[in-house]
Amino acid sequence: MLARPMTVTAKAKAMMYAVLCYNSEDVVCNWTQEQDEAVMSKLSVVHEKWEKAGKLKPSLRLLPTSAATTLHKAKGLVIDGPYAETKEALLGFYIIDVADLEEGLAFARELTAANPGGAYELRPIALYLPGSPVDTKTSALPYAEAARAKVGA
Amino acid sequence: MNDLAWIEGAITAARPQAVAALLRYFRDLDTAEEAFQESCLRALKTWPTNGPPRDPAAWLIMVGRNAALDVTRKNARMTALLDEEQVSDLSDREADMADRLDETHYRDDMLRLLFICAHPDLPATQQIALALRIVSGLTVKQIARAFLVGEAAMEQRITRAKAKVSDAGVPFETPGAAERAARLAAVMAMVYLVFNEGYSAGPKDEERGLFTDEAIRLGRLLLRMYQTEPEVMGLLALMLLQHSRAPARYNAAGEIVLLEDQDRALWRPALIQEGLALIDKAMRHGQTGAYLVQAAIAALHARAARYADTDWSGIDALYATLEHLNPSPVITLNRAVAVSKTKGPEAALEMIAPLESSLGGYFHFHGARGALLLQLGRNKAAREAFDRAISLANTPAEAAHIRMHIDRLAAEAENARNSA
Repeated sequence: MLARPMTVTAKAKAMMYAVLCYNSEDVVCNWTQEQDEAVMSKLSVVHEKWEKAGKLKPSLRLLPTSAATTLHKAKGLVIDGPYAETKEALLGFYIIDVADLEEGLAFARELTAANPGGAYELRPIALYLPGSPVDTKTSALPYAEAARAKVGA
Repeated sequence: MNDLAWIEGAITAARPQAVAALLRYFRDLDTAEEAFQESCLRALKTWPTNGPPRDPAAWLIMVGRNAALDVTRKNARMTALLDEEQVSDLSDREADMADRLDETHYRDDMLRLLFICAHPDLPATQQIALALRIVSGLTVKQIARAFLVGEAAMEQRITRAKAKVSDAGVPFETPGAAERAARLAAVMAMVYLVFNEGYSAGPKDEERGLFTDEAIRLGRLLLRMYQTEPEVMGLLALMLLQHSRAPARYNAAGEIVLLEDQDRALWRPALIQEGLALIDKAMRHGQTGAYLVQAAIAALHARAARYADTDWSGIDALYATLEHLNPSPVITLNRAVAVSKTKGPEAALEMIAPLESSLGGYFHFHGARGALLLQLGRNKAAREAFDRAISLANTPAEAAHIRMHIDRLAAEAENARNSA
C-alpha cells in the first residue's frame, strides 16, 4: 500500500516562540556606529517581511550585561551584573516600563514573593520594536484571560 | 556582517585579554605583542575554514604562547607543541585550558597591562598613544595621523614610552589591595584622557574622533573587570552620556553648536539609556566619586527634553559636591554656568572673578566670562574677553564659535550707529 503523507485538514493553532539571541558581547557591543547600523538595516529587512506577514511580535535589543542588575531571590541580594549561573535556564521574561532601577527591583521583589527561587536579572532595553498585534483567536498561546479563567479569578 | 568582519571584531575584542595574559608569561611587552601578532595571523588562516573558536581570547593566548615557545624549541631542536589546527577542533580541551590558564589571572593581568599604559612616569600624550597601540590595537599610522605627526616619529614615541615603563619596572607579583586601588585610579584617569582627546577633536578630525569609541570600549572592559565598582560605572556613564551628544555638537558647516542650541532629537538614545542605567546602579552603593558626580551632571542634561527643562539647581548642587571632592578652578567655572541660570549672570561673574589668576590662560574661562558679560549688556568688556578667548582657542571650531559672538557684537554696534 502506498504510504500517504499526512495532510493537515484544519488550520492548526499557531505556535509561538521566543527567539533568544546569543552572540559575543565583546564583539557586538563594540561595533562602530556604522557597523551597527549596517547590521541593523539588514536585520530590518527581515523584520519587516515577517512583521508584514503578521508573524513577528515585539522584539527587543538589550543593553550590555555590564548595565544589568540581578536580584537573587533566595536571599533578596541585589548584585551588580548579569545572572551568571549555568544551572538555571532562562524560563521567560517581562517587559516593564518603570521610573528607575529601584522601581524595577520593587517589581522583581513582588514577583519573588509570589515565586521564590532563582533570580531576576534586570537588563535595560536598548531598542523596542512593537511588531504586529497578536491574534488571540489563532494563537495557541494561553492568554492572560484564559489563564485567569482557569484559576477562576 | 560577513565572517571575516566578525573574525576581525573577535580578534579586536580579545586583544586586551590576550596581550595581558601573554605579558604575564613572557614578562616583556614586545615578546607578548609579537606572540599575539603571530596568533592573529594563524587565526586569520584557521578560523575562516574551521569556524571561530568558542573562546577566541583563550585560543589566541594559547596559540600565541605556543608560537613564541615554538621559536625557542625549534632553536633547541625540540618537538613542536600541539598544532593550532588540532587545538581549535578540541573544544573541551580548549575550554579546560582556557579555565586553567586564565580565570584566576584575568583581572590582575588586565590591570597590569592597562597600568603600564597609564604609568605615572609617562606624560599624557604617551599614555594615550601607548594605550591605543597596545590595548586597543590601533596601528601606529592611525595614531600618528591623529596626533598630526609622522609615522616614524610616533613609532619612536611609543618605543620611548615602552622603555620608560620597562625601566620603572612594573611588578609582576599580584598587587595588594592598596596598590590595586592606586592602579585602578591611574587607569581610569588614562581612559578618560583618551576619551577627552577624542571628544575635543574637531568635527573633521575623524582619526582623533575615533578615540572616544576606543575609550568607551576600554570603559566597558574596566567595568567587566570591576563589576561592582561605582566609580567605574560612573566613568563609563560619563563617557556614554557625553558621547551621546556627538551627532548634535557641530552643524553642517563644522561650527560648534552649544548645548542650549543642540537638536536633542539627534542625541543617541541607546548611549543615554546605558549611561542612565549605570548611574542608577552606581547610586545604590551610596558612595560619591568624582566620575559618578560628573556622570550625574551629564544625566541631568540628558534627562531634560528641552534646554529650558534643565534642572539647574540640581546641577549646581552636584557641582558643589564635585568642588568638595575635587577642588579645582575649572569645576568652579562650570558651576558658575549653573549659578548664572539660578541666580543670574552677576552672581556667576562674582563667582569666577577670583579664578582669573589660575585660569587666565584658559580658553573656556574667557569664553564663559564673555558670555556672562554679554548677558549683562556689558558689550565692551565682553568683546575684550572674547578677544582673549580667540587667542587661546585650541581648535579652529572653538575660535570660529567665539568669532561668531564678536561678529554679532560688531553688527549690533553697527546697527546702533546707523539708527543713531
